[in-house]
Amino acid sequence: MKSGSNLEKVLAAGHFSVTAECGPPRGADPEIVRKKAAFVRGHVDACNVTDNQTAMVRMSSLAGCMLIKEQGIEPLIQMVVRDRNRIALQSDLLGASALGVRNLLCLSGDHQKFGDDPQAKNVFDIDSMQLIHLVRTMRDEGVFPSGDKLEGAPQFFIGCAVNPFADPFEIRVPRLKLKIDAGADFVQTQCIYNMDKFKKYMEDARKEGLHEKVKILAGVTPLKSAGMAKFMRRMVAGMDIPEAVIERIAAEPKDKQAAKGIEMCIEQIEELKEVEGVAGVHVMAIEWEEKLEEIIGGAGLLPRPVLV
Amino acid sequence: MITGTPKPIEEVLEMLEPYDNIIVAGCHGCVTVCRVGGEKEVQVLASTIRLAREAAGNKINIKEVSLERQCDPEYVESMRPYVGDYQAVLSIACGAGIQFLAEKFTTTPLLPGINTGFLGVTERQGEWAERCQGCGDCVLHLTGGICPVTRCAKSLFHGPCGGSVRGICEVDKEIKCGWQLIIDRLKALGQMENYGKLKPYKGWSSARDGGPRRIIREDMIS
Repeated sequence: MKSGSNLEKVLAAGHFSVTAECGPPRGADPEIVRKKAAFVRGHVDACNVTDNQTAMVRMSSLAGCMLIKEQGIEPLIQMVVRDRNRIALQSDLLGASALGVRNLLCLSGDHQKFGDDPQAKNVFDIDSMQLIHLVRTMRDEGVFPSGDKLEGAPQFFIGCAVNPFADPFEIRVPRLKLKIDAGADFVQTQCIYNMDKFKKYMEDARKEGLHEKVKILAGVTPLKSAGMAKFMRRMVAGMDIPEAVIERIAAEPKDKQAAKGIEMCIEQIEELKEVEGVAGVHVMAIEWEEKLEEIIGGAGLLPRPVLV
Repeated sequence: MITGTPKPIEEVLEMLEPYDNIIVAGCHGCVTVCRVGGEKEVQVLASTIRLAREAAGNKINIKEVSLERQCDPEYVESMRPYVGDYQAVLSIACGAGIQFLAEKFTTTPLLPGINTGFLGVTERQGEWAERCQGCGDCVLHLTGGICPVTRCAKSLFHGPCGGSVRGICEVDKEIKCGWQLIIDRLKALGQMENYGKLKPYKGWSSARDGGPRRIIREDMIS
């Protein structure tokens, strides 16, 4: 075991794993996190807590992780390199590990232009690939990147994100390989809607044997409506939602679209379970955490395994 | 070259409010090439200021000068005999030139007439684009001659990020994805093996982060 995290154990034991995410609130109210946590508890192997996603200022990921941990959920801290230089990143990694966070997702972070403070200075001292490498160095070698010995190495199950749908497509598998070389233990993908393209991606990854080197969790997001699907396709760069998916949900009357979205999400998880090399799902029910039980249970993934 | 854009005339006039006897100083270097701070721009700016001040009933006397380069002491010194006769200098050279005048003429206020931009190229007449951030540690031989620090909005060393769509950066539809350009070029050069290597963390001490930089060429110092 590299980290001893529950997620790592579940994956190592060969179970099809489930993660979800909680976006911390745009404020200091811890009750909002606790309420979301109540919907997540017992349904996942670990729960991501996002780090100022879309560059909108939110409660810090570490604080959110501690709040859900108090509620009995294993946290997975997201860390972006947009806002912190290598000094702050190392310091926060040590702090998170000291507080018992054992799972980490290394990200670039959405550009600040999309958020509250488009005038902010960005950092990008190191990139997400190098953050993976930095954490692995600290964890496995017990030293800072500077070479100095750590007073206690941080223990993390190291994750990275991939977007199989961004361009250029042919670089997506080589880029995943780079992340594995850098030290990634697991991967969470961007929301998948284009299953054909994702399967092609997995086929290419399998040709390189990557599915044996890294645990790949396929990302899904239930659609609440046809409107949401169209909005995401238009507004989120690299979001690939095929016309057929939109048509299917749009064919329902408005008041039944949410239920259809959940049905489609469950179907999709069932299909993903059959894809060779997919080790689990990452369910991003954005501001819809109350549906997690229905989705995960509906896909036959409850109860979650309890390992010691 | 170093590029720039004129400051809005309102901002310039506001800066000039306390003065009625000034120099407008241009430069024959980069800012002439990008048509923001050369001899012609000095004439136009001085005329605009004079007219505006006349209309406001608050006339101003302006001496127009253009130095060969405001970043070189020998040309800057040519202003010394008369600079004390004026209340202020409005310079339309780059930030380096303006500062060099300020440090040479310690008792004269120096005012910036342009906003200095970036190290760039003329893509076509009237359009300039950034190419270099002067980070002091060039990796262009590894990236197909296209700079990841400058051309990627996140300065990624292992791009492109998930926001690259059909060659366009998520930050702005007018910005080409730097990493798409790098990959296209590496492919064309048959150098894709460069992509698959993990690059060391960039040392930013050779960039601005190490503090103001200096180059000393012992062989040139007499």
